[in-house]
Amino acid sequence: MNAGRPSGTRLHWWWVVGAALVLFSAVIVGVMVGPIALAPLDIVASLFNRLPLVDLESGLGERNEAILWEIRMPRVMLAVLVGSMLSAAGASYQGVFRNPLADPYLLGAGAGAGLGATIAIAYGPAASGWIVDPLPLAAFIGAIGGVALAYILGYSVRSGRTAVTLILAGVAVAAFLTAFQTFLQQRESDTLREVYGWILGSLSTAGWGEVSLVAPYVVVCLAVVLVGRRLLDVLAVGDTEAGTLGIRPGRVRLVFVIFATLGTAAVVSVSGLIGFVGIIVPHTVRLLTSASYRVVVPISILLGGAFLVLADIIARVAVTPAEIPIGVVTAIIGAPFFAVVLRTSKGVVS
Amino acid sequence: MIRKLIPLAVALALAGAACSSEDSEGSSPPPTLTTTSAAQATTTVAMETTTSTTTTLAPDDGFPVTIVAPNGPVTIAARPARIVSISPTSTEVLFAVGAGEQVVAVDSMSNFPVNAPVTDLSAFTPSVEAIASYDPDLVFLSFDPGDIVAGLEAIGIPVVLHPTALSVDDAYAQWEQVGAATGHISEATAVVVDTATDMESAFDSLPEADAAVTYYYELDPTFYSVTSASFIGGLLAPSGMTNIADPADADGFGYPQLNAEYIIDSNPTLILLADTKCCGASVGTVAERPGWASMTAVENGSVVELDDDIASRWGPRIADLVEDVVVAMHELALVDA
Repeated sequence: MNAGRPSGTRLHWWWVVGAALVLFSAVIVGVMVGPIALAPLDIVASLFNRLPLVDLESGLGERNEAILWEIRMPRVMLAVLVGSMLSAAGASYQGVFRNPLADPYLLGAGAGAGLGATIAIAYGPAASGWIVDPLPLAAFIGAIGGVALAYILGYSVRSGRTAVTLILAGVAVAAFLTAFQTFLQQRESDTLREVYGWILGSLSTAGWGEVSLVAPYVVVCLAVVLVGRRLLDVLAVGDTEAGTLGIRPGRVRLVFVIFATLGTAAVVSVSGLIGFVGIIVPHTVRLLTSASYRVVVPISILLGGAFLVLADIIARVAVTPAEIPIGVVTAIIGAPFFAVVLRTSKGVVS
Repeated sequence: MIRKLIPLAVALALAGAACSSEDSEGSSPPPTLTTTSAAQATTTVAMETTTSTTTTLAPDDGFPVTIVAPNGPVTIAARPARIVSISPTSTEVLFAVGAGEQVVAVDSMSNFPVNAPVTDLSAFTPSVEAIASYDPDLVFLSFDPGDIVAGLEAIGIPVVLHPTALSVDDAYAQWEQVGAATGHISEATAVVVDTATDMESAFDSLPEADAAVTYYYELDPTFYSVTSASFIGGLLAPSGMTNIADPADADGFGYPQLNAEYIIDSNPTLILLADTKCCGASVGTVAERPGWASMTAVENGSVVELDDDIASRWGPRIADLVEDVVVAMHELALVDA
């Protein structure tokens, strides 16, 4: 992979600054744009009012303040967290499995979360009866359980505990869990629309509660992946070769899978199964910058957040005041965008 | 997984859109009632006392009867005694018109009335063989996922397909067909008249129609709603209220998903929750949603918890739903005063 190293493996500071600027701009646009037109100056005033000792006339009424702070801001922040986490998890999976098609749902996290969510929707108690909402909890447990199952299955194969064995185990587990999920969904058909809505993903009901729920997971998981990202470059040469370089591929793989899965499980538990982000963001970064994970991981985190914020803007305003499921948006704009990047790139990816 | 589901969801949406446009263009004819016998006019309520375990061919009950259902003309040779209903709405109508004793099996979702013979037959994925195992002489369906109607007809079982009513008149026509098909014409007419009268007097009790009163009708907690083009929208139209979902539905599909910002900004006078049973929505959960406490309806307590089952069907209990809404509108007037 990337034998000639045309763009080097260094993480240039201007890439980081550029990607950070893109993310910052996306967040600003995300806060400014919505189905309800709020005057940009009023928004700026309202933002500064949150700083100590600042008291500007924002001109937003109580209701518009609520729209800005209770609806729009948490939604944009959640998009950043979900986009960053799915992109970092996608890059990690691609690295540890040396497979360009790997995405965060490869080992059954998506299928497991879908099954958990379906069970919670179909059989769970009404949300009000519980201290915690059972839906995110069930999706989280389902995602972790799916990957754990794939890992146990993969490791029970004697012939070799390789990346390929694990992927195949993941495919089997995902197919099984999806089949079971579909069965339950058809059986409890009155919940069909709710289940579909969840599977296609949405940031629409997000409040600060969801943001604070997933933020700790995302921060910890991103930190681990960032710190360890050089190991992904080492793994790229193959398990045996990596072994001679002094690392233990199985253990590295396990650590990355644990943290990528933990973060993915946390974000999908509140956002549903938003697809494509984990594949197209890391690949786009690779095509634009470098194939080295030293570059791919941090830039994917920044641009992944930006990508999902922009996708969510389209989900919110394209058919205003109605909504489009964000999973549909990421697919509709993500796939052609990726095709363009692929065509215009100079073939950095081998 | 996602990649497989998206085309599926899009296909579902398109199928839904196709259905609705088809219906609105009238290519699926509204149910009409024709009877082959002139004697039907003399059919009396006394028929109700006939025991239904054996088919009694009384000369004055109007059979054989042919009704033109949305799935085409259906001829019922004799008064049916083994009816299977694979539609919660049809079940409610059958019992309302007095044909309850002729019903031998209803689908798993038919939870009203409570004495309906519930089975594990699925209304969503019905099976010809499972239905046929009850040896029915008439089957009511609301949804044909493919070849159920054709399959039942092939084995000689008459089927009436009564899909989701698009208007109140559509629903009335279906009820009258249920009456005609089961030998309860006069009762069916009475149910229609009673329902229409109840709803009319409820709406009449309201002061002058005020378009400034707006409502948001919630189908689920992800803000799916209904517009004036939908059945519920038409049902509530005589209230004179304005539906906030209308601008979100350019193509007249009737069931858009609204944006949370838009709902709060629209600040509807009345919030109608049709997701209390399915999703646990309540006055309390609505007030706890981010940003919703700033809405006038939430402050005033103008949030109405409807019964999902009634709200998602088009049986005679729609009058109860209208009553709930009208009561809420009266309370609203008290708040305003």
